[in-house]
Amino acid sequence: MPENKLIVSSSPHVRSGVATPAIMWNVVLALLPAWIVGIYYFGPRAIWLTLIGIVAAAATEAIIQKIRKVPVTAMDGSAVITGMLVAFNVPPGVPWWMVVIGSAVGIAIGKQVFGGLGHNPLNPALVGRAFLMASWPVQMTTEWILPRGGSLSGATGLDAVTGATPLTVLKLARSTILDPASSIEQVESATASVQAIYAAWPQQLIGNIGGCIGEISAIAILLGGIYLIIRGFCDWRTPITYIAGVALLGWIFGGESGFFTGHALFQIFTGGLFLGAFFMATDMVTTPITKKGRWIFGIGCAVLTVFIRRWGGYPEGVSYSILIMNIFTPIIDRHTKPRIFGTKKAGQ
Amino acid sequence: MADTFSGGIHPPEEKRYSSDAPIETLPAPEVAFIPLSQHIGAPAQPTVKKGDRVLMGQTIGEPAGFVSAAIHSSVSGKVKDVALHMHPVTGKPEPTVIIENDGLDERAEELTAHGESWQVVEPDEIRKIAANAGIVGMGGATFPTHVKLSPPKGKIIDTVLLNGAECEPYLTADHRLMLEFPDDIVRGHLLIGKTLGAGRLGICIEKNKPDAIEVLQKRVEGTGIKVHPLAVKYPQGAEKQMIVAVTGREVPSGGLPFDCGCYVQNVGTAKALYDAVSKGVPLIERVVTVSGPILKEPANLMVRVGTRYSELIEACGGAIEDIYKIISGGPMMGLAQFSDEVPVTKGTSGVLLFGAEDVEVRPELACINCAKCVDICPAFLMPTRIAQCAEYENVEMAEKFGALDCIECGSCAFICPSDRKLLHYIRRAKALVRAEIARRSQS
Repeated sequence: MPENKLIVSSSPHVRSGVATPAIMWNVVLALLPAWIVGIYYFGPRAIWLTLIGIVAAAATEAIIQKIRKVPVTAMDGSAVITGMLVAFNVPPGVPWWMVVIGSAVGIAIGKQVFGGLGHNPLNPALVGRAFLMASWPVQMTTEWILPRGGSLSGATGLDAVTGATPLTVLKLARSTILDPASSIEQVESATASVQAIYAAWPQQLIGNIGGCIGEISAIAILLGGIYLIIRGFCDWRTPITYIAGVALLGWIFGGESGFFTGHALFQIFTGGLFLGAFFMATDMVTTPITKKGRWIFGIGCAVLTVFIRRWGGYPEGVSYSILIMNIFTPIIDRHTKPRIFGTKKAGQ
Repeated sequence: MADTFSGGIHPPEEKRYSSDAPIETLPAPEVAFIPLSQHIGAPAQPTVKKGDRVLMGQTIGEPAGFVSAAIHSSVSGKVKDVALHMHPVTGKPEPTVIIENDGLDERAEELTAHGESWQVVEPDEIRKIAANAGIVGMGGATFPTHVKLSPPKGKIIDTVLLNGAECEPYLTADHRLMLEFPDDIVRGHLLIGKTLGAGRLGICIEKNKPDAIEVLQKRVEGTGIKVHPLAVKYPQGAEKQMIVAVTGREVPSGGLPFDCGCYVQNVGTAKALYDAVSKGVPLIERVVTVSGPILKEPANLMVRVGTRYSELIEACGGAIEDIYKIISGGPMMGLAQFSDEVPVTKGTSGVLLFGAEDVEVRPELACINCAKCVDICPAFLMPTRIAQCAEYENVEMAEKFGALDCIECGSCAFICPSDRKLLHYIRRAKALVRAEIARRSQS
């Protein structure tokens, strides 16, 4: 027997077939429905802006890894996800170089400075988006494109007045309604526009609205999200608590004229909630590793999102909510350690 | 009660290779290599020397202390030497009695065969027989059975579970044993129950062995024993996971099964105890599953202790490709061997052969916090965190994260998508924590 071939290693001697790159590429696959809807409503711009994001992210990763003299893993799927998500999180009308900068910053400052995959505390795509929001706030909040055959808000006849996405319509209307100086006509008109965008929730569900490239269609994102949950690549706890939390808190606090006047479906189908809940609040690297922690993470995101939408300076708060909760991840993990087998159960 | 524990994994079962192969008796080896340490505890002291003639079943090693076990010759013949020989568990040469088989199988009648009166043997006598017959746990842990049958005063055991889960992939030895020797197993179970005065007896079998469940359900009628079909999930056969599945009790952290009134013993051990009490036969042979993707004719063999692995492999037609790994036991917890010259011991449940394809390892990547290991850890630990503690030699944190509560089932390393050698790191963490505790208790 050729004894020199015997490998002596410690157990276990078998491994599951699922590898990290496979998980990453499955996430890419799960993002495709949202991309397809974006392309349908915004046209070819949505294709090439996304491709630019992907190439920029992968190239940045490769260049920095070359400089760091570490193995180049630009094609492990994770940089592709970052590039895709940066593009998915910008208005479709922004110049292409903003996507390049967003992806490059996301990978460079959001990921590689910490040591690359697995070591970044914040979601790289959201770091990229935050950088763009801070640097080009006007483009990031106005370069909307009308969805094919639809309107920015999903409701008909409003765009001419406001030229804004649904959450902006709500924010503007609310300030009009709550402003004592507003005339009765102004209040009535604002209330009517709010009622119109609330009534348009089916359009917001399918994605026939204005918004960032990949965030418009809740249903397409849900499709990808369910795929990830079924394959075990994403934990259901965070998206469920996040979305349910926004529905509940949005109903309580998110209305245009006081408590309990919010519209739950409008709150969850508009803005970046579904994209955030299924693809960014579930990013493995930057979110809690305990089950209990994932509940807390989802609830925290929901609270922050609703509060930013209601009282913050921006109409939408998903990305900042997730970034803020990313910062809390280590402390959440620390305080939600599972009970070790054979130690006391709570209440004993 | 639930039929399983929380956590766990589903590795490919791979039992099809050998599950339908009836137990065949492998002819006794021409030369038997019988290690003096085949158990947890002190190695036995040899009672024979070079040139002595020994009989089959004769004591050739006496227990050295309470936690130790007797060793018997598995053949009759002449002691060729008492020398060092490669050991399958320690991975290095260990004192071994090497016996040239004369082929006569002449038996030593050291133990009394109680025959049909096995039922009236008293508990103390049963313990003595277990000790004299050299019986140890045959699931792999090889803890001396007579010690286990003598729990400390004040520990009341009300539940005795026989472990027929056989949750390790490939292994089918216990499965075949349950099919072919159900009565011996049931009788051994009754003997253990009687010795401990336990009222609740259960035989635990994973549901992937419906035939064994059916057979045993018939054979336990009227005995008070209950058969517990358990979910097919690894590590269902781990003591603590089995106890919680059947009784809902958790063995306290740092404790033993008797701390929650339970006792678990492998089905093979129960049969060995019955054989010793009824037939007066010491533990000198066992069933070994010889299998693996590159073995020509996988089989379940009744093998004399001291038979070298090479002879088992040869009896099964050899390998169809170059052998890259020989595993003693199952692929999840078994030990990779340096040589095929190691002998079968009392704890050898399987000999597996892996080829080039089966040993390919993907490069280790960074942890991506996917938490798969946390989700599946049957001890409810955070394996990736303990592994990180080991990498950074942070002993204090490793202890806080419960490193010592790890049961080393390997589920974390199996599931890790980044192919991190989590269990390897955790073993390192455990060693560091143990050393630290020893240092603390000294100062």
